[in-house]
This record gives sequence, C-alpha cells and structure tokens, in this order.
Amino acid sequence: MSINRREFLKIAGISTVAGIGAPWAINEILNRGVEAARVLPGLEALVAKRWAMVIDTRKFRTADDYKRVMDACHRIHNVPDIENPKHEVKWIWTDTFEHAFPGQEHKYMPEDIKHKPFLLLCNHCERPMCVRVCPTKATFKREDGIVMMDMHRCIGCRFCMAACPFGARSFNWRDPRPFIKEENKEFPTRMIGVVEKCTLCYERLAKGLKPACVEESNGGLIFGDLGDPNSEVRKILSSTYTIRRKPELGTEPSVYYIIGGNENV
Amino acid sequence: MYNSRNIIIGLIIFAAFVTFPFYNNFGKAVTKPDPKLDTPEIQKFPENERRCVEPKEFMKAGHMQLLNGWRDSVVRYGNRIYVNDAGKEFEISLQNTCMKCHSNKKKFCDECHNYAAVKPYCWKCHIEPKEKET
Amino acid sequence: MFEKALTGSRRYWVWVFILLSIIGVGFIAYMRQYTYGLGITGMNRDVSWGFYIGQFTFLVGVAAAAVMVVLPYYLHNYKKYGRITVLAEFLAVPSVIMCLLFIFVDLGQPFRIMNVILHPTPNSVMFWDAVVLSGYLLLNILVGWTVLGAERKEVPPPKWIKPFIYIAIAWAPSIHIVTAFLYSGLPGRHLWLTAIMAARFLASAFASGPALIIIISLIVRRFTNFDPGREAIQTLGKTITYTMILNVLFLGFELFTGLYSNIPGHMHPFQYLYAGLEGHGKLVPMMWISSILAVIALILLINPKTRRNESTLAVAAVVVFTSLWIDKGFGLVVGGFIPNPLERVTEYWPTIPETLITLGVWAIGFLILTLLYKVAVSVKEEVVYDKYGEKQVKLFK
Repeated sequence: MSINRREFLKIAGISTVAGIGAPWAINEILNRGVEAARVLPGLEALVAKRWAMVIDTRKFRTADDYKRVMDACHRIHNVPDIENPKHEVKWIWTDTFEHAFPGQEHKYMPEDIKHKPFLLLCNHCERPMCVRVCPTKATFKREDGIVMMDMHRCIGCRFCMAACPFGARSFNWRDPRPFIKEENKEFPTRMIGVVEKCTLCYERLAKGLKPACVEESNGGLIFGDLGDPNSEVRKILSSTYTIRRKPELGTEPSVYYIIGGNENV
Repeated sequence: MYNSRNIIIGLIIFAAFVTFPFYNNFGKAVTKPDPKLDTPEIQKFPENERRCVEPKEFMKAGHMQLLNGWRDSVVRYGNRIYVNDAGKEFEISLQNTCMKCHSNKKKFCDECHNYAAVKPYCWKCHIEPKEKET
Repeated sequence: MFEKALTGSRRYWVWVFILLSIIGVGFIAYMRQYTYGLGITGMNRDVSWGFYIGQFTFLVGVAAAAVMVVLPYYLHNYKKYGRITVLAEFLAVPSVIMCLLFIFVDLGQPFRIMNVILHPTPNSVMFWDAVVLSGYLLLNILVGWTVLGAERKEVPPPKWIKPFIYIAIAWAPSIHIVTAFLYSGLPGRHLWLTAIMAARFLASAFASGPALIIIISLIVRRFTNFDPGREAIQTLGKTITYTMILNVLFLGFELFTGLYSNIPGHMHPFQYLYAGLEGHGKLVPMMWISSILAVIALILLINPKTRRNESTLAVAAVVVFTSLWIDKGFGLVVGGFIPNPLERVTEYWPTIPETLITLGVWAIGFLILTLLYKVAVSVKEEVVYDKYGEKQVKLFK
C-alpha cells in the first residue's frame, strides 16, 4: 500500500510539472510561426551611432521657454499631471543649480545662475546603471544610445529608481489615466505599477522627427549624433565649455549643459 | 481507512477549488461571438482591397503571437515596418494601424475575449478607439 | 510527518486561528493595494522602497542565521546543537518565504514576476538574489525534513543528505552577501555605497537570527515538553554577544568614515537618520531607540552574570532583535533614499494598509513556523532521547 501511494505521488508530481510546462512549450512552437514575415526600420527614420543633447541654458529666459518644452513632451507622451509630488510622474522638469549639479555650487556664484531653473531629463547614459540592475531587461540600451523602457515587461520592482543617480525615473503609484487631461490618441498611456521616463522620442525619430522638446526649444536644445564628428552637437562640444551632471559616477551622461545666466547671450 | 474524516474534508476542498472555473462561469449567458468587420473605415476600401495584414485564418488563430512579435519589434528592436507575404508594408502599431480599421473594439475584440474569458491588458495602456454606445 | 501539525491542543488552534485572521486582514489590505496601486503605501517618487523591502532585507539575515547553529554542529561536531539544528533550519524556511512574499507585495506588476526567469539577466543582482534565495529555501526544506524524518525513525540521517548540508552551510552567507550587493553597488546612494555593507549585513544577521532562535527556544521549552537544552541556548548567547559587538563596530566604522571625511554626500544620510536634515527628522526617534537598545544589549550580553541568567538573556535577545529590526528593516533602506539624488528631502512613513500587509506577511511566516515547529517538536517529544542518548523532554506524558 505504501509503495503504491509513493508511486502515485511520483506520477502526480511529474504530471504537475508537465502541466505547468506544456503551455510554455506550445507557445514556443506557435511563436516560431510568426518569424517568417519581415520587419524593417522606417525609411525616413533618423539614425545615429549615439544620440546626445546639448542644453544651452542661455537661451532659456522666461518661464514660458521652459513650459513650452516640458508641456510638449508631457502632452504627446500622455504623461499624467499628478499634483501630489509623492506620486508625480515627469519626463522632463526643472530644478535649480544646486539641485541639478549638487556639489558644484558655491556661495558667491552669480545670483541669476543660482536661481535659474535648469532643464532635467534622462541622461541616456553610455553606461546606464538602471539597465545594469534591471532584472528583466525591461529597461535596456538601444544601439543608438537611447535608454529605452519596455513597459510590457516591467515588473515594477523599482530597482532602476534606486540605481539612477539622476532621479530621472517615475513610478506609476496609481492609475495615471484620470490625470491625463487630453489624451494623445497616437501614443499609449502607462498602467499602474510600471516605471517610466524619457525615451528621447524614439517614436518620433522613427518617423524622421526630432524629439518634441528639441523642436519646441527655439534652438535652446541641440540634438545630434556624438558618433558623427560633423554633427552640430560635436561642433558645440568641441568649441564651447560644457558640463554634465555627476560625471564622477562614470555613467557617461549624453546630456551636456552650456551654463550661462540671463544677460550674456 | 484511518483519518477518513480529514481525507474527505480535504478532497471536498480540493474538488471545490479545482472546479471553481466551472461554477464561477455557470449560468452566465454568453452569446456566441460574432466579430464584425463592417466598420466605416473598412467599408471605405474597395471590396478587393479589404485585406488585413495577414490572411483572416492566420489572424484568427495567431493574432496574439503577431502582436507579441510586433511589440518586441518596435519597442526592443526599433523596426516599425511590417512586410507581409504579399510584400505590402504596414506601420507596426496597435493604436495607429490595427484599431484605425477595426474601430469597433467592443464588437471586434471584446466579444471573443469575453467568450473565451481572457483578459489581455493591451487597453490598460493603448488607447482604444472612441465608439458610440450601442 | 505533516499529520502532526493537524492535531494539537486548544491553545495551538487558538494561536493558528489568530494568525489566520491577521493573514486575512493583510490579504484584504493587499487586494486594495492591488487595485489602487502602490500609492496606497507611504512610498513615493523619492523614497521608492520602504517597509516591504526593509522587512525583506532584515529577514534574509534571519534566514541566513541558521548557519550559526548548523555549522558548529556539522563542521565542528558541537553536539549541544544536535537538538536544535532542525529548529534553525525550520526558521530559515518561513524567513525565506517571507522574503519572497515581501518582494512580491512590493512589485508594481506582481503577476509578471516570472519575467525574472523568462528573461534571465545575469548582470542584475536582483536575478542572483532570486536564484540564491530559492536555492536556500529548497536546501533547508530538504535538509530539515530529511534529518527530522530520520530522527523520528531513530536512525542516523541518510548519507546522501551530507553534501546538501555542506552546500547549505556555504550557501547561507551567500544569500545575505548578494542581498547586500543589491545596495552596495549603486552609485549615487552614499549610505549604501560601502564595501563594508556585506560584512555589516552578515554581522547583524548572525546577531538577529540567533537572538530569534534563543527567544523561540525559550518559548518552545515553556509551552511544550521539548527542551532545546540550556547549554545550546547559552552558546547562542555567546554567538550573539560577538556578532552584536561586530555589528556595532561596523556601524561605528561607517559613522567615522561618513562624518570624519566631511564629504557632504556621505554625511547627509547619517545626519538625516540621527539628527534630522533640513527640518525633517521622522526617523530620528526610531534610530536613537535602536542605538540605545544596542547599548543595553551589549551591557546585558557582555556581562557574564546577565548572559548566564536565562531571563536577562531572553531580554537581551529581544533587545538585539528589536534594535537590528529598526536599524535594518527601516533605517537602512529609507535612509539610503534621503536626501534624493537631487539633494532634496522627501520623507517616508508607512501607511495603515502598508502596515497591515506587512503584518499579514509576518503572520504567514509565523504560521509556517508554527506548523513546522509543531511537527519538529512532536517528533522530538515522541523520541524522548536525542541521538547522544540525552533526554530531550522535560517530563513524560
């Protein structure tokens, strides 16, 4: 009797394992069928070895200069407008010098620079810490340097938020939809429990358009390919002194800042 | 048989647990799904051009695999153009390609999904087309 | 053997029922969190990990601490631990289960958790943590159950279990080292970016875990016939004395480097935790309670008189456990996020639903612990003599 029971349990165990494994195996077989068709990048897509951005802070003077840029991004990407700062979601925002570049400030710096807002966004680092820590490859670096988010795969563990030294990542603490005033029907929203951030307008680059913030910046944001010595960003970087946020951490941010007050354009 | 009381109680709990899907759905009137292809957007096409990205039979059985592949293609590999067997190109986009024709999500998607009791989470992020209440 | 968990005194069932009700309340709270989102907790954009991950971190330590009993017994043949190795292994099992549950309730999209296995990512410490934790769980169930089963039949444990025992011993520190690496590899989080993090984790684990084993052993002796043995408890007392000293020393090293070096980034989290920063100081009272408890624990433990007295040793064990729970389950995780990367302070405090969910997970842990211990203790009460021929029950029924 006891041996029979033992054998019964063994068979039951094996069938359980098989039962759990079978759907996966069937899925694998079905997935193979689709690969036959082809996929292509768009013909007019903008391509680069490594995308980068220069922020010419001298060109940002009025509150509207900042607002136009930030609103353009948040509007087209369906970024919710949540007032509670604890649950806030933001892709591009501003903060003052001492918070944007901690440790770089000093008491005697020009007043206009001290109090000026600086645009902040994901740095699309060359060696992104968020990508290194992500346990599912939900955030990953594309070949053109964009640090992307796959919202379908994100499990919401928020390891990337702990790892990002720039505070660029937002988590959907609650359903974002009620906080989107006007939906852009061409772009998805996000759901509860996933992390999001700036994607450098990968969906616009694919159609040959520059990022929305760049387009709205009246030349304050310059976008281009670091891999191309003749690109506008490379020309600026080799002729003008620029700084990056927290370069000492070695993540190699791709966003460069030209620091200037309001008077010396 | 010793411990028969515990065994029987255990078996009853087990049976109740295993049969949960059956009695949970029991008595729920579900009509046979009848997805419709008669949206105004599709009607606009001449009869011989009313073709989906792939043949109807393939789409019926494998649209989820196709969509999974599309998703990874765009999000992970940056390839936004899909070329089908006939050589025709499509922009890969649930919101901007699929649903532009199939603007009747309730009739086209939900009816079958409800019937099969599957709840894909597509629409938690992807915005569904506006439909008139019927 | 499991049938032993299905019979018990009235007191046993009342206790099980209390735990089940706490689990029920926690489950209802979790259902609310699941529909509303993690915004129901006190966590926020700046402090993006809180109570849940704190409990996880603390409990990994408790789980790893089983090795402090298993190692002397199997590698040094310290016979006095023979009776309680199974208690240590059966403490590790619910601890790891609680760890996994705390990770689960902390996820924004919990039902995608299998993505960690579907898309394995060796460069992520989280992936390795999942691997070592599940491995450790299986090892402890296997070893604990097999050895207890042999004891019940009054035969020596089967030979094939030996390699698993040795692997489990080597495996135990790994779970806590990997968990420390979750934190200590992140640039820009100054409180965590320290090479001593793993060492500090091990020291605190090997203090808090054995402290819990002391407490549980005393409870088991009080409420059952099984006697874990006075000498085993005394030796555990010595263990927590040394590990607690090490833990306090390590914290002191951190404070010295952070504060003496004068580097603002390194000073800020300590200032926030122990003095308050820019007028924010929600954690200050907790941290000072933890520090004072640590001092009391050291006085009670280092003084041989109070350590040898089981009542004061019990107090010391409770004090050690509480002090380290505050320090690791709360201060370490939250403190790492304050100030945020932009040098701004956003505070954190758990909400009521968050606390209920936390209690619910702890109750699941205690329920599993109770069931496993019920089995273990029942076996030991039946066997009467331990494998060295000493009586391990207080009196015959």
